[in-house]
Amino acid sequence: MSTSLLVVLLIGVVAWLGASLGLASLFGVFLPYVAVIIFIAGVVWRMVYWSKSPVPFAIPTTGGQQASLEWIKQASLDNPSTKWGVVKRMFLEVFFFRSLFRNTYAEVREDGPRIVYFSSKWLWCFALLFHYCFLLVFIRHFRFFIDPVPACITFIEAVDGVLQIGAPRLYLTGVLLLTALLFLLGRRLFNERLRYLSLMNDYFPLLLIIALVLSGMSLRYFIKTDIASVKAFTMGLVTFQPVGAEVTKNIGSLFFVHLTYLSVLLMYFPFSKLMHAPGVFFSPTRNLPNNTRAVHHENPWNDRNAPFTTYAEYEDTFRDVMVEAGLPVEKQPDAGDKE
Amino acid sequence: MATLPTPQQLIASRPAFPKENWMDIKPDFKPGSFCYPAQKQTMELLHMPNPHEWNPADEDWNLPENWEQILIDAFEERLKKHRSLKLFMDICVRCGACADKCHFFLGTNDPKNMPVMRAELLRSLYRKDHTMLGKILGKKVGARGWDKDVVKELFSYAYQCTECRRCSLYCPYGIDTAEITAIVRELLHEVGLGIHWIMDPVKNCNITGNHLGIKPHSFVEIVEMLADDCEEVCGIRPKTPFNEKGHEILFITPSGDVFADPGVYTFMGYLMLFHELGLDYTLSTYASEGGNFGSFTTFNMAKKLNAKMYAEAERLGSKWILGGECGHMWRVINQYMDTYNGPAPAHMMDVPTSPITGTQFTNAKSTKMVHITEFTADLIKHNKLKLDPSRNDHLITTFHDSCNPARGMGLLDEPRAVLKAVCNNFVEMPEKTIREHTFCCGAGSGLNTEEIMELRMRSGMPRGNALRYVQQKYGVNHMACVCAIDRATLPPLANYWAPGVSVSGVHELVANALVMTGEKKRTMDLRQEDLPNVDGGDE
Repeated sequence: MSTSLLVVLLIGVVAWLGASLGLASLFGVFLPYVAVIIFIAGVVWRMVYWSKSPVPFAIPTTGGQQASLEWIKQASLDNPSTKWGVVKRMFLEVFFFRSLFRNTYAEVREDGPRIVYFSSKWLWCFALLFHYCFLLVFIRHFRFFIDPVPACITFIEAVDGVLQIGAPRLYLTGVLLLTALLFLLGRRLFNERLRYLSLMNDYFPLLLIIALVLSGMSLRYFIKTDIASVKAFTMGLVTFQPVGAEVTKNIGSLFFVHLTYLSVLLMYFPFSKLMHAPGVFFSPTRNLPNNTRAVHHENPWNDRNAPFTTYAEYEDTFRDVMVEAGLPVEKQPDAGDKE
Repeated sequence: MATLPTPQQLIASRPAFPKENWMDIKPDFKPGSFCYPAQKQTMELLHMPNPHEWNPADEDWNLPENWEQILIDAFEERLKKHRSLKLFMDICVRCGACADKCHFFLGTNDPKNMPVMRAELLRSLYRKDHTMLGKILGKKVGARGWDKDVVKELFSYAYQCTECRRCSLYCPYGIDTAEITAIVRELLHEVGLGIHWIMDPVKNCNITGNHLGIKPHSFVEIVEMLADDCEEVCGIRPKTPFNEKGHEILFITPSGDVFADPGVYTFMGYLMLFHELGLDYTLSTYASEGGNFGSFTTFNMAKKLNAKMYAEAERLGSKWILGGECGHMWRVINQYMDTYNGPAPAHMMDVPTSPITGTQFTNAKSTKMVHITEFTADLIKHNKLKLDPSRNDHLITTFHDSCNPARGMGLLDEPRAVLKAVCNNFVEMPEKTIREHTFCCGAGSGLNTEEIMELRMRSGMPRGNALRYVQQKYGVNHMACVCAIDRATLPPLANYWAPGVSVSGVHELVANALVMTGEKKRTMDLRQEDLPNVDGGDE
């Protein structure tokens, strides 16, 4: 945790100093381009790496009643037997975190002794909140990348600021995003089990995103910067015509800190657990139908001619006792064998 | 065997989480904490790599000289063969949702028994050799290289996992610890490390066709004795067809039910049911094992043992295969068999069809293999069985979903439909401990061995606890299941956590309730214990 925090702070300081010392184009232009390239190439590279290995066996985790006799109701969402069923299962998994929704908390009590199971939806709730708010905040940022700003984005902004608190208006998604992140961080720090198993690989992305969000919120609410220049700057980035110092000099260093956090996140993504996003689609325990008794699943490295103990070998070993026991045999023992 | 602590002592003795980083804690092999090693001779017979003498309690495990390279290469090969492995190594976010889903963790409070940590033992090695950040930053980002203590640690925790997949159900990405445990066990086998309780049955199944290595004539003899026992109970001696060609159905069930109490009563149940139906079937001494202990060692071994089923169906000309009650047997049949050894022999029926009801088992049209409770549930639905459930009235029964049929198949309502038809008193255990949420018996995947009895009682705690709950609340005195390993492991578990609860297969209760044509008045159940509501005056 402390190393991660240090690294995240260091990234911020370096970006701040860099931008302040006139290296704005390094942190604002070069780095974002490199980051996007690494992100796209890295994600594709990892997905190709996964795809190179076959799925030798169809091993869905079945979460309910199978399709069998017609009068027994199949749990088609949790134990699909068709491709369409899998699409529905995956949809619920990706958009609603269905497996996590099942979560319980088990407590072993020494009276009895006994185990008590509590419904435990906090992780599900905050994980969902985090992902959706992050998505909305991301979409909202398109106001900087598209000119003129599409109506749908203006609409999202209007809904997001519906509470009409402060000026500029407080966006709900930003606050909820930060709350969810703090919850996710808090459980790693205060839950004994989580604390024991958490690694730098867990704290670093969390703190990085928290830093990203905090720097973004500061830019909006506290250390305001010249939005018109920012828009000109980002439009320059997306149209591959980066603007020069005449624009960047109007933009505060904090903006470049924000942009650097985003760039680092993008570059870190393909090499980290954040690959769970594309990964979930590849998961053979979720993305395959449970129809392996009805439809053949081929394993490319299956050895069709792998040896096994054949009946003939078996009978050769046991022919005499089999005949004695009155079992039918393929080959009668001849006089020589009886010796 | 050492005497077990009381349940209270057992739970009170669960240690707190250690202060040190998990990488700094070395595995501890005190007696009772590990399964006995496989014998060198057994491993040689099975052509397993690097067979050698070793003992987990020893400091030196006599690993082959180039053990590290063997393991690195073997790991790399598994990554190339299994997309699941690459993915499960890469995408875990360590959210911890799986942590308290594991019966071993709940029973031991050992952090390395949290499924995420069990995977992390291997993932740390993966990071070092297969990820950029792991190569550069090492331990800081949870990466570490191989050493002999790591091998010991992998052994310890790969055999404290029953591959029950409960964690996988709750994982937001479906990360399947069974897959990871199976692959870790494969890796360990590459350097000659296996356990006796798994490898010995594998050897026996390979040669004699069944688990205990019972030779064909003895196997037939035992089954005939069981048929005699059936006659004792119902006055009818069911036929026991063996290795006969030209029958419609080949019946394969775990051999455990032929020789172990209380599984034998389930086997008697099958014999009586088939006799009453006049089913055109045969048993086989060659393919006399439905269970597949190979699946607890390597994928190739599972395939090798499973191959006998189709080979025998082909030789005998059977149209389809009916499979008995067993847990991991059905994981293999449902998810692996067709891939391993399919497609099924060409002469087999297009769609397995019940000769009694005409029902087509379309869900089994490729493997041609039907689960006995699918078959019996269909019979009952079509009123093809005359049943007197009051013969089971002395039982208040609950049902234990075995992990594999629950989470590797989804066989949940078929056994319940059968049970409810043959028992008047049926009670479910708490919601979070049944169906897809079911807890393992604590000793699946080849861990049903005596030397780790205390560990088994720990890992069996969640199941035992749920059982005791319904015992106290509803007076449950019986637990039915559809798994031969359960029938071996649940009696000691019940005895420890909920004394007074008996255990049986579903088809024992079916045969108790089955009114057979021409049977004598039943005064005993299949265990030859007096039926409670029979008045002696009639005799």
